[in-house]
Amino acid sequence: MHVPILKQGDYLIATIQSVLSDADLLQLRDDLADRVGQFRSRGVIIDVTVLDVIDSFATRTLRGVAHMLKLRGAETVIAGIQPDVAFAMVQLGLTLEGVGTALDLEEGLAFLNAKTKRGGSVWRGPIPSRSAPKAPLDAQIRKANRRRK
Amino acid sequence: MSTFNEELCVPIKSDSDIVEARQKGRALAIQLGFSGSDPTVIAAAISEVARNIVNHATRGEIVLSGIHESSRLGIQVLARDEGPGIADIEQAMQYGYSSGKGMGVGLPGAKWLMDEFDIKSQVGKGTSVTMRKWVR
Repeated sequence: MHVPILKQGDYLIATIQSVLSDADLLQLRDDLADRVGQFRSRGVIIDVTVLDVIDSFATRTLRGVAHMLKLRGAETVIAGIQPDVAFAMVQLGLTLEGVGTALDLEEGLAFLNAKTKRGGSVWRGPIPSRSAPKAPLDAQIRKANRRRK
Repeated sequence: MSTFNEELCVPIKSDSDIVEARQKGRALAIQLGFSGSDPTVIAAAISEVARNIVNHATRGEIVLSGIHESSRLGIQVLARDEGPGIADIEQAMQYGYSSGKGMGVGLPGAKWLMDEFDIKSQVGKGTSVTMRKWVR
């Protein structure tokens, strides 16, 4: 299964779409190495949300990709490792030491912005307020209908 | 202890078979009543033992079955190959020991993930790993 790589400004975003075999992972590594040079990218996000398992081979490959791209001048962040997958990785003693990780794509972008922009800082948006919950949907619809009249 | 359902046999010849074995293992685990992170943990253990077959023996098989003993249910994963075998099992089970390929995480890691783990190997004949996990 081929992993599409999108260019987004200075960054590349590789979103894994289905479970990957070892060969697919190695292909992704080679594709990213090519594209970083081609587009002069400064950051790469690998979205692994759909991966069912990250085993020793996948961990080693992802770590290898991140270190290799670092040598090419790009930061890598692995986004979207699922809680169960993380749990199994910990039990296997696997770590992604020295590799950026993020909860999801949005956090991944924030991470790269902080890492690649000189003097930049992470802007995580306003802290969501818990005191003012949104009105329930039917109330919102009623309000909108009233406005329409 | 007895097995039930049919045994599910997945031949392991290449790296894409690893994915198939762990997906079938996850599906069986869910069917047997495993919940939470257990299906993923079982799939990860299958991935490691299947990778061992691809790396060292080139061909073998993973046999998955449901098991029950007194009142508890579980899953059994049998990984067997007719590869070169392991001369020093104690060494192979050491975390971080690798005979070349890999990180030396596979076998000891799989043992940590499962409840029961047994490995038998004969040099020149092959290796068989039997792992079990019980529904909590």
